Amino acid sequence: MTAALLALADSRLPAGGHAHSGGIEQAITTGVIGDPVSLAGFLRRRLTTAGAVAAGLAAAACRAVDVADPAAVRPADLLAALDAEADARTPSPAQRAASRQQGRGLVRVASRAWPDPAWASLPAQPHHPLALGVAAATAGLTPRDAAHAAAYLAVSGPATAAQRLLAMDPITVAAVTARLSPEIDRVADDAAAGDLPADTDPLLDLLAEVHAARNDRFFAS
Amino acid sequence: MPPDHNLDDYVDPYSPGHRHGGPLRVGLGGPVGSGKTALAAALCRTLGAEYDLAVVTNDIYTTEDADFLRRNAVLPDDRIEAVQTGCCPHTAIRDDITANLDAVELLESRHPGLELVFVESGGDNLTASFSYGLVDVQVFVIDVAGGDKVPRKGGPGVTASDLLVVNKTDLAPMVGADLGVMRRDSDAVRGDKPTLLISLREDPAATEVAEWVRQQVRARALQEA
Repeated sequence: MTAALLALADSRLPAGGHAHSGGIEQAITTGVIGDPVSLAGFLRRRLTTAGAVAAGLAAAACRAVDVADPAAVRPADLLAALDAEADARTPSPAQRAASRQQGRGLVRVASRAWPDPAWASLPAQPHHPLALGVAAATAGLTPRDAAHAAAYLAVSGPATAAQRLLAMDPITVAAVTARLSPEIDRVADDAAAGDLPADTDPLLDLLAEVHAARNDRFFAS
Repeated sequence: MPPDHNLDDYVDPYSPGHRHGGPLRVGLGGPVGSGKTALAAALCRTLGAEYDLAVVTNDIYTTEDADFLRRNAVLPDDRIEAVQTGCCPHTAIRDDITANLDAVELLESRHPGLELVFVESGGDNLTASFSYGLVDVQVFVIDVAGGDKVPRKGGPGVTASDLLVVNKTDLAPMVGADLGVMRRDSDAVRGDKPTLLISLREDPAATEVAEWVRQQVRARALQEA
């Protein structure tokens, strides 16, 4: 089912991600990012914190809709608990809103692509990783696939945002993302195999909050 | 579809299901400075008393056009939603319409009787057009000051929009633009689809465009019936 995974992680999937920078816009404004090296450093940092958490949640959500006995363990209860876990792991209100906004967008497109009763188990406007996990399950993918999509999306979208905002060489930015592949794989594998990660990055939280208060931003987050 | 099948039996397996009720969604697109926001404001003023209406704006920055509409008090705040387009106004109305759909749905849930929503695109170029997943009909606004060659240059907005509006006809003598050429070239590339040459400065009510919008609302009501 590799093709479904590629479709899910494709930046052209119209799920609303193109309007989110994942903190990149504010990182550029404050001077944290200004060139490919600092971009790679930021993306790596994002991958191992927010990316790991998203990957763990996506894998868990994928597992939640695939329980052996749905009558005994209701997927809706599991997903509601995971949604609360996502809230608890996302201290910044702006990041929580951005995650739910993207979750809603993904549900819109993925539930049309892969119609399935499982979609009814998701809370309204779920966190993005939960929507991703359910999308993976309905597309016939594994929890590990869901984790990989989440980890990859944690860097691919923000990388594109940096390219647009700094008018960077798109080929350089593609190289930055591509060379992170082994680390993305590692984060995804670890997140899918173990307990829910709870890594946080105060810098990302802070950037998100400062960004949300601006009225001159290009990106929604 | 095989010839022995009835159209009524045909089910599109990809369809979101027909959107019953809900407002007519009208896209307003066009190049920067052609008068999209001025037209949106004019239509709100002219049609605001007739229809339950709202506007979604797509800006480079967050709220420039939305603020213009608020300042001019054409609509209450809760009837204007602005979306961020991530440096890609074009993407937000055509390739990934998520943020705009969210905004339209928010307005619909806030105003259950909504009859008309204008979705104003960020200023873009001649290749910009709206996805019909986002709007029911679209208006493309160009202006005389951009040069009388624009209709001939074409692009999906000029050729395929449901209504082409050529604004600022009052400027034609000053910029040496030939309105006859613009009319002729527009008709040549647009087939039967209408083109209106207007001046929002001379007619701040956008009378002809408003009438076209009324026709679209009526046509949609007939479809729904």
